[in-house]
Amino acid sequence: MRFLWRTASPALWRDVGLVCVADGIVGVSFGATAIGGGLPWWVPVALSLLVFAGGAQIAAVGVVLAGGSPLAAVLAGAVLNTRLFPYGFAVADVVGPAGRTGASGARGVVRRWLVRLLGTQVITDESVAFALRHSDPARRRSAFWACGVGLFVIWNLSVLLGVALGSAVRNTDAFGLDATFPAVMLALALPTLTSKPTRVAAGTGAVIAVALTPVLPAGLPLLAALGGLGTRWSGWRRLAGRWSRPVPSGHGDGTGDDDGGAALDKDEVRVGGGR
Amino acid sequence: MMPMAAIVALAVVTYGFRLTGPLLRGRVTVPAAAERLFADAATVLLIALAATSALTAGHGFAGWARPAGVLVAGMLAARRAPFPVVVIAAAGVTALLRLAGVG
Repeated sequence: MRFLWRTASPALWRDVGLVCVADGIVGVSFGATAIGGGLPWWVPVALSLLVFAGGAQIAAVGVVLAGGSPLAAVLAGAVLNTRLFPYGFAVADVVGPAGRTGASGARGVVRRWLVRLLGTQVITDESVAFALRHSDPARRRSAFWACGVGLFVIWNLSVLLGVALGSAVRNTDAFGLDATFPAVMLALALPTLTSKPTRVAAGTGAVIAVALTPVLPAGLPLLAALGGLGTRWSGWRRLAGRWSRPVPSGHGDGTGDDDGGAALDKDEVRVGGGR
Repeated sequence: MMPMAAIVALAVVTYGFRLTGPLLRGRVTVPAAAERLFADAATVLLIALAATSALTAGHGFAGWARPAGVLVAGMLAARRAPFPVVVIAAAGVTALLRLAGVG
């Protein structure tokens, strides 16, 4: 971690601090709401340590508090976390240790892998966004690690604090804490509603989910909302074409996909979007 | 209920998503169209979750206080208000409405 103190600027620490404060408030709310809903204290704590993905944690607990099965909760959380898959490719160069510093030989290899596995756990919306703001490798690395490690510490501490508060306060609904979950979801989703097909798909999914809530077991309406993706015909067609075609050897093919990728990169950078 | 096994399952799946990129670095690229679909699936889920958790409790209507708080928070978020402001507004508006006797 020594490289962090050498390369991180005061401006970076200030930005990381602001994001940590924002996410800390959500963490407190998450811990308190989970306890207020009647879950044992170790559920939010274990989720925060092991899953460390705020949106998925809130979604999973939300499904369970609404009476859904653990399977539905895991599925909802897993679908939300598919976005970490492209993130992993985006920051693959900075997740491992810097350069060839440190011990060589077998111990060095073990140490490098340990750092890489730890860095992998702190891949989040925010740490990726911080890394993508820089092109210089050293600054990318320090931005990613400062944000990732800072958030991991603050997030888990704030969830613990929320658990303590939730245990002390009997009726968390009186403080309106139940409104913070949907508010966080909305705040996370709004910046991604950049294109019309996405807005149509999301709107359709929301109507499906709300309409089915009175009649289906909890958790299922949410999964049914994914039917809203059916409105994105062009995306499915393009995907099918891409995977069934052999690698294009000529020109022209795939240029549309490249445009899509560039647009996605912009959408995905949501600085300070909260966990 | 949320058993430890479910938490571990979600943790393993999540870690798998995170690890694939660093493991396959430079060897595989994700089709851009697939990335878009992943991103849209997450957006659809987030909006559906926001809608159901704002409007419903169990199989019924959640009352007016909660959706009102979420609506104010959503308007603030659309105006790019800072994240803590959005979260506190949601809780504050809902709590005040309940204090005033709105269900």
